[in-house]
Amino acid sequence: MTTPNSYMNGPDERGHFGIFGGRYVAETLMPLILEVEKAYDAAKADPSFQKDYDYYAKHYVGRPSPLYFAERLTRELGGAKIYFKRDELNHTGSHKANNVLGQILLARRMGKKRIIAETGAGQHGVATATFCALFNLPCVVYMGATDIARQAPNVFRMKLLGAEVIGVESGTGTLKDAMNDALRDWVTNVEETFYIIGTAAGPHPYPVMVRDFQSIIGREAKEQMREAEGRLPDQLVACIGGGSNAIGLFHPFLDDKEVAITGVEAAGFGVKTDKHAASLTGGKPGVLHGNRTFLLQDDDGQIQDAHSISAGLDYPGIGPEHSWLHDIGRVNYASASDTEALEAFQMLSKVEGIIPALEPAHALAHVTKIAPDMDKDKIILMNLCGRGDKDIFTVAEALGVEI
Amino acid sequence: MSQTRLEKRFADLKEEGRGGLVTFVTAGDPDFETSLEIVKGLPDAGADVIELGMPFSDPMADGPAIQASSLRALRNGMTLSKTLDLVRAFRQDNQDTPIILMGYYNPIYIYGVDKFLADAKTAGVDGFIIVDLPPEHDDEFCIPTLDQGLHFIRLTTPTTVGGRLPKVLNNTSGFVYYVSILGITGTAAASDSAIHDAVARLKAETDLPVAVGFGIRTPEQAANVATVADAAVVGSAIIDTLKENLDDDNQAKPGLSQAVLEYVRTLADGVRGSRT
Repeated sequence: MTTPNSYMNGPDERGHFGIFGGRYVAETLMPLILEVEKAYDAAKADPSFQKDYDYYAKHYVGRPSPLYFAERLTRELGGAKIYFKRDELNHTGSHKANNVLGQILLARRMGKKRIIAETGAGQHGVATATFCALFNLPCVVYMGATDIARQAPNVFRMKLLGAEVIGVESGTGTLKDAMNDALRDWVTNVEETFYIIGTAAGPHPYPVMVRDFQSIIGREAKEQMREAEGRLPDQLVACIGGGSNAIGLFHPFLDDKEVAITGVEAAGFGVKTDKHAASLTGGKPGVLHGNRTFLLQDDDGQIQDAHSISAGLDYPGIGPEHSWLHDIGRVNYASASDTEALEAFQMLSKVEGIIPALEPAHALAHVTKIAPDMDKDKIILMNLCGRGDKDIFTVAEALGVEI
Repeated sequence: MSQTRLEKRFADLKEEGRGGLVTFVTAGDPDFETSLEIVKGLPDAGADVIELGMPFSDPMADGPAIQASSLRALRNGMTLSKTLDLVRAFRQDNQDTPIILMGYYNPIYIYGVDKFLADAKTAGVDGFIIVDLPPEHDDEFCIPTLDQGLHFIRLTTPTTVGGRLPKVLNNTSGFVYYVSILGITGTAAASDSAIHDAVARLKAETDLPVAVGFGIRTPEQAANVATVADAAVVGSAIIDTLKENLDDDNQAKPGLSQAVLEYVRTLADGVRGSRT
C-alpha cells in the first residue's frame, strides 16, 4: 500500500476511505442520502451556515471547551504531561452536541419536519432531544431495551426534553438494534424525516459529515496546545465505539507526523473472550448500516453482539475512516477492559475531581498504561469526551454498592 | 442466448394471460427440514417464482415478521451455505420453478462473491435481490452476477423518481421488483390506484416484467395486484401463517407446512382468477 500525501483528503466522491465506507442502503433511502450529501456540500460552502454553527457552539454549547493540564494525575503517574480536552463540559455533557448542532442546522436548511436518532449510552439521544427542544422539532429516539435499563437517567432526561423514546426489543436491545430500527423508521417516513446519526459511521456522507462537525475538538485543541506548550502533543488518545469523538480529535492532526495517535476500543471481558466491543482488534471487514468497515461477526457473516460496560462503546462496528486509518497504520488501536475502565473512572474522580463517563475512562485506562514509561517532557493529549453523571448507577452496581 | 428459467416463467405467464405469484419464505425457518418441505411444496401450491430469504442477523428493510423469521432460522443453525444446500435439494425434483435469493450483502461478502456465485449457480439459483446494494455499488456484486448469466433483480420504490429510474433499471434483469410503499416489509399496503400508476410508470421505461410487493396480505389484494402487474409478491403474510403453527419453543407443530401451503394455495387461486 502506498502512503498518501495527506491523510486528510478522504473520502472519495463515492464515500470511500480505501475499501471502507460507501453507501450500502436500500433503494428507498438512496435518493434522500444523495439529497443530504448535496445539501451538506451547499451548507459547507455557505458562510451563513458556519456563522449559525459558531453562534450556537459558543453561546449554547459553551465552546471552546478548555484544554486542561492534569497536574495531579501527571504527578501520580510520574511520566508524560497529561492534558485533557474537556468536551465533557459541553452542554448536554459530551462531545455529541458538536455533531447534533451541525446536523440539525442542516435538517432545518433542508426543510425537514421531524428528527430521529439512535442512542446507546443516551448521550447522543440527550443531545438530539436538547436541540430538538431548542429548535421546536418533534424528536424520536430509538434506544435498545438493555440500554434503557442501564441508562435510566438519560432516558428520563430525553423525556423531560420532550423526546419520544422508543425501546428496541429486537436483537440484543443495544445500539446496533437501535440503529436498525431508526433506519426502518427512516425508510417509512423518508420524506419529512431527518436521521441524525450519532457516530462517524453509516452511509456516506454521514461519516464525513460527523467527522467534520466533531473536528472542532481537534482544531481547538491544536491551537490551545500551541498556546499552552508552544508545540503539538506527542501522543493523542481517545476512546472508540463508533469513533466520533476520536476522529474529531485525530483528524486535524493526521498530517502531523510527529504526533502519535492511539484509539482505545472497549475490550469488555477481554478481546480473547466473546464479550468485547473491539471491532478492529477482534473483527474483520464487512458491510452493515450502510458502510463497509470492521465488524464483529461470525464465519457466516452474521453480526455478533458487542459487550462493554460502557453502553456508548457497545457497538459491533466502527466508523469507516478508523478502519482505513487502522489499515494504513496511521493510527494505532489499543483496547481497555471493563475492569481497567472502572479503575480509571475511580482514579480520575479522586485524583482530579472529575467524574468521567465510562467511555473516556477507557481512554484514560490506556493513558495510565503508557504515561509512566514516557519521559517527563513528553505530552499526552486525551479527549475527555463525556462526563460520568449518567454512569454512577452502572459503576455502583459494578462495585457492589447500593445507592 | 437461450432463455433463462426466470425469463421462460414470465413468458409462459404472459402466454397464459395471467399475473404470477411470487412467494417469499426464509430459508431454514423454522428449521432446515420443515423449510425444505415447504419450498418443495410451493410449486404445486401455485407459486410461480420462489423467493428465498437468506437469513441475516440485521435485516434493516424488514418488519417484525421477517426479522423474527430470520432469527428463528439462524438460531436453528441456518447458514448461507445451508441455504444453497436447500436450493440444491429442491432442484433434485424441480427444474422449472425459478428461485431468487433475497437478503443482505454481508453474508455473501464474507462467503466471497466469486465463490458464492459459482456455488449458487451450481445449486440451481436463478437470481438475487440484495436489499443493500444500490446501483452505486454495481461493480461489487451485480456485474459479477450478470457475468455468470444469473439475474440481478432490483428494487424500485416510490422514491425512485426523476432521473434516478433509468439508473436503477440499468443492469436490472429478470424482472423489476416494485416496493409499493415507503417502509419495511409486512406493514401497510398501497392503494390499487397508486400501484396501477407506478406500474404504468415503470412499464414506460422498461420491457422487463414488473412484480409488486410489500404489504400484500390477502388473496384479494394479490389478485388486484396481479391484474395490473406481472406478478404479486407475498412474504410476511406467509411467514405469519408459519408462525401460527409454531409451538412455544418456536419449533414446528405437526401440519405446519400443510397449513403454509394451504394459505399459498388461496393466494394462488386469487391470482389465477384475477384476469378471467
